[in-house]
Amino acid sequence: MSEDIYQEFILELYKNPVNFGKIENADLHEQSFNPLCGDKIEMFIKLDAGRKKIEDVKFIGNGCAISQASASLLTEELKGKTLEEVDKMGKEEIIKMIKIDLSKNPSRLKCAMLGLEVVKKAINTSVKEIQRI
Amino acid sequence: MKKDFPILERKINGHDFVYLDSAATSQKPRQVIEAMNDYYTNYNANVHRGVYKISEEASEKYDDARSKVKNFINASSEQEIIYTKGTTESINLVMRSWGEKFIKKGDKIVTTIMEHHSNFVPWQQLASKTGAIFEVVGINKNYELDESELERKIKGAKLVAVTHASNVLGTINPVEKICKIAHDNDAVVLVDGAQSIPHFPVDVRKIDCDFFAFSGHKMLGPTGIGVLYGKKELLESMDPFNYGGDMISEVHVDKSEWNKLPYKFEAGTPPIAEVIGLGAAISYLEKIGMKKIREHEKELTNYAIEMLSKIKNCKIIGSVDVDKRLGAITFDIAGIHPHDLASLLNEKGIAIRTGHHCAMPLHEYLKLNATARASFYIYNEKKDVDALVDSINYAKKIFGVK
Repeated sequence: MSEDIYQEFILELYKNPVNFGKIENADLHEQSFNPLCGDKIEMFIKLDAGRKKIEDVKFIGNGCAISQASASLLTEELKGKTLEEVDKMGKEEIIKMIKIDLSKNPSRLKCAMLGLEVVKKAINTSVKEIQRI
Repeated sequence: MKKDFPILERKINGHDFVYLDSAATSQKPRQVIEAMNDYYTNYNANVHRGVYKISEEASEKYDDARSKVKNFINASSEQEIIYTKGTTESINLVMRSWGEKFIKKGDKIVTTIMEHHSNFVPWQQLASKTGAIFEVVGINKNYELDESELERKIKGAKLVAVTHASNVLGTINPVEKICKIAHDNDAVVLVDGAQSIPHFPVDVRKIDCDFFAFSGHKMLGPTGIGVLYGKKELLESMDPFNYGGDMISEVHVDKSEWNKLPYKFEAGTPPIAEVIGLGAAISYLEKIGMKKIREHEKELTNYAIEMLSKIKNCKIIGSVDVDKRLGAITFDIAGIHPHDLASLLNEKGIAIRTGHHCAMPLHEYLKLNATARASFYIYNEKKDVDALVDSINYAKKIFGVK
């Protein structure tokens, strides 16, 4: 774990993010932004046939290196996870994933958390919709 | 002078602390901190209530600060100086006590695209509640108010709410001229002076504005204290803002009568230490001289613009004419998000502001998501600009930006 934010792999992901793009006919789709800095992230999620597991995730967005690199890493992390597992994820998992200790840097932690926030928002909206049906 | 500011002696991440966010809040000199400390240590008492010694001492210092404020902005009378929590509350006071009483459906409120949210949202909301027309004046390519649009929109307006200086662009607006045009159209003018009053001499009678709002904390004073200047006849015509103690002259079971100005608008125990701190800040500024402060900042701004312009892919969002602007310089480095830039500058002990600076409409208008801003004050020096430039180049290297 490093306190140094701008490591090579973060900068590389910022410039060339993996899973950047849209999924046509995504099962879940949500966006959010951080009004403090203008970071914006939109997530597209494809579920398996049972609608319990994440099959594919892509994102688009713009913002700081932390928000974009973290969202990109998250898309890889989420594939194969159940919605329930994803809903339990929190800041410990994100810090572990980006390998930067942002626990003492709450404003930048917010940037790192944005991607997960969007995914959770998408999941919870869909759960509500299912309950309504 | 820098030695008067204890916080500037700090080391941040092993570097000298370079504070470039005075447009958000200024640092405080020892003289201000000590004046507040002295109140709490030696004569802490409520004002205008006790007949005992320390209450009288507190009342005297408290009243003395109001007279300092009055002289500082050249108001006609202390009755025109109302203490508030800050600029935001000053503007909300006018919105509630004047706006809600006098603005009716179909009336026109004019503001500008370069306003801080505090001088934008209250009027937008008042318009939406009352059915008034809400007009927003844009800017030209030099980041100045579009004067022909302004003149056109002021026609038939009932209120013009305009900032004296933009906290993003640094642009100083011709408020004297705006007041003249507005008054020719029988409109009332509120000037947001949060960014102007810390940096150059302000004379509310020369400007001839009807209301002038500002905060203590951007002019070396504490947070939690601000001022609303208003012309007496307007303040007299308005209803109270808050109800309670101090703002009344008589209370009966079935009715109450309001206190005289300025107390009519100051319900409850005021922020006494903060008022005394503001008084000390004004004394400090006057000792240096507002003209001298303006000259110092103009020189620094000129140097900063020159140095930033030399950085490749650095775009200054604002006028480069230092006579028409303040030392709040907003810029963008292509390829580095402002938030990342600020984090890397922080590694070097430099504090800048990033984001939309509470001016989202302006950022939308300029099609910018977020920007970086360095802002100067009396304690900044050319070497602070050098540190900023060096660190921007460091950030560009990290990000591999040419």
